[in-house]
Amino acid sequence: MKKILNAPGSVVDEMLQGMTLCHPDIVVRLEGHSVLLRKKKKEGKVALVSGGGSGHEPSHGGYVGQGMLDAAVSGEVFTSPTPDPILAAVKAVQTDAGVLLVVKNYSGDVMNFEMAAEMAEAEGIKTAMVVVNDDVAVENSTYTTGRRGIAGTVFVHKIAGALAEQGASLEEVKAVAEKTIARVRSKGVALTPCTVPAVGKPGFSIGESEMELGLGIHGEPGVRRVPIMSAGEIASELLGSIIEDLCIEEGEEAALLVNGLGGTPLMELYVLAGNALEICAAKKLRIQKVYTGNFMTSIEMAGASLSLLRLDDDLKSLLAEPARTPAFIQ
Amino acid sequence: MVVGSTELLHLLEKIADRIEENKEYLTELDLAIGDADHGLNMDRGFQAVKARFGGWSTQTPSQILKGVGSTLVSTVGGASGPLYGTAFLSMGQAIDGKERIASEDLLPLAEAAIAGIIKRGKASAGDKTMLDTILPVRDALSSLLYGGEADAGAAIAKAAREGMESTKPLLALKGRASFLKERSIGHIDPGAASACLIIEAAVDFLREHA
Repeated sequence: MKKILNAPGSVVDEMLQGMTLCHPDIVVRLEGHSVLLRKKKKEGKVALVSGGGSGHEPSHGGYVGQGMLDAAVSGEVFTSPTPDPILAAVKAVQTDAGVLLVVKNYSGDVMNFEMAAEMAEAEGIKTAMVVVNDDVAVENSTYTTGRRGIAGTVFVHKIAGALAEQGASLEEVKAVAEKTIARVRSKGVALTPCTVPAVGKPGFSIGESEMELGLGIHGEPGVRRVPIMSAGEIASELLGSIIEDLCIEEGEEAALLVNGLGGTPLMELYVLAGNALEICAAKKLRIQKVYTGNFMTSIEMAGASLSLLRLDDDLKSLLAEPARTPAFIQ
Repeated sequence: MVVGSTELLHLLEKIADRIEENKEYLTELDLAIGDADHGLNMDRGFQAVKARFGGWSTQTPSQILKGVGSTLVSTVGGASGPLYGTAFLSMGQAIDGKERIASEDLLPLAEAAIAGIIKRGKASAGDKTMLDTILPVRDALSSLLYGGEADAGAAIAKAAREGMESTKPLLALKGRASFLKERSIGHIDPGAASACLIIEAAVDFLREHA
């Protein structure tokens, strides 16, 4: 393992320390916790709290700030945070308007955020929770954990954050978050595995000419291993599943997120983005906004995911609202 | 068998040591179908439990089990933290007010742990989870009540190990392994393995000391 570290055990703490020092005008560290808070608390506004395991930077600390999150809770690498720091974050940002928890659909995240929400409610804090499950690689079923939450979560932060900023109620912010979740789908590929610092070796091994299709963001293998494809074939494979599942039709407006997993250069992401946009154009989808870059990573994994958000007038205008966070400025 | 607070702390120390010794093994299992953090997380949790023994020496077994539960909830993380945490909290509640744990308390303790895990994780038998280890242990305890078993400890340990092994051919329906669909088949569930280690360590201790 070759990484820029001082000690594997302190990577999360030092990363948060670095983010705080780099963006002192936007975020502050909640004393004693792996939590980043928006520097200027806005009274009367619904507060948004998200988080999850570390290793997905800039998720989620990079989205704390005006127009997105009020707090992000970081667990150990690829491990959900425990209820204590989540509760501490909720208490630090709560206002009379209430707190919305944005959680990705992983058993650990859901259970820990649920326990924290129960504790917060017991202390009289109004909370609501939404669970993002945008990954079409995983079949949905009542009897399973269901689909996991991946890069589409960034759209939820952006849109719910924009509505909260406008002073909407907790019910309204929750409703728009749920609408976004219902209208966003993602799917990814991995070309190389990644190494959790404390483990010191890659999560799986993969041949030179293979790739993992439908991977998650935790260095876990994908749903299927296939021979490596060209960028155009990858764009077509990913968008094919997404468009089919989303039931988006010709003429509809959408936003596209081309997300790198940490080890793929922007050069390649732009190749993929260009190919994806050509496919969207051929299918007569009107792409209103494209985001390309590392939004939700899997440490140093090479690979990418595409997310498509089916827009309506509300979502379109909320997506266009300004945001100012360490990783998202518009 | 009678277990007071002192014996319970020794038993918990055995469990913590067993987890520590098998940290790599649990991580290996989790590397195959999860995210390679189960060994690290469980070890962090049980080392935190050990660090709190000093403050628990004058407490009842019920208070100690609840202390273990809240320590695990706040230190393990992932899904295992809430699941094991809730299991120990529920066991603590099941023996509220008792000064000692006796043989007849074991079945209610197992029932309480199972109820807590199901409440939190919403899993059922055969989903390829820790429940597949613990449910057969409950069944073994329940049949022991009717007598006839020469070595109760062996019967319980066997139920746990067979339960754990039973997860190998299963398709995961809960947790992160479920995202792998068919690729989860052929691997032992890491949670079923840690549950087996905990039960075996407890049985070993009870056979020697209680």
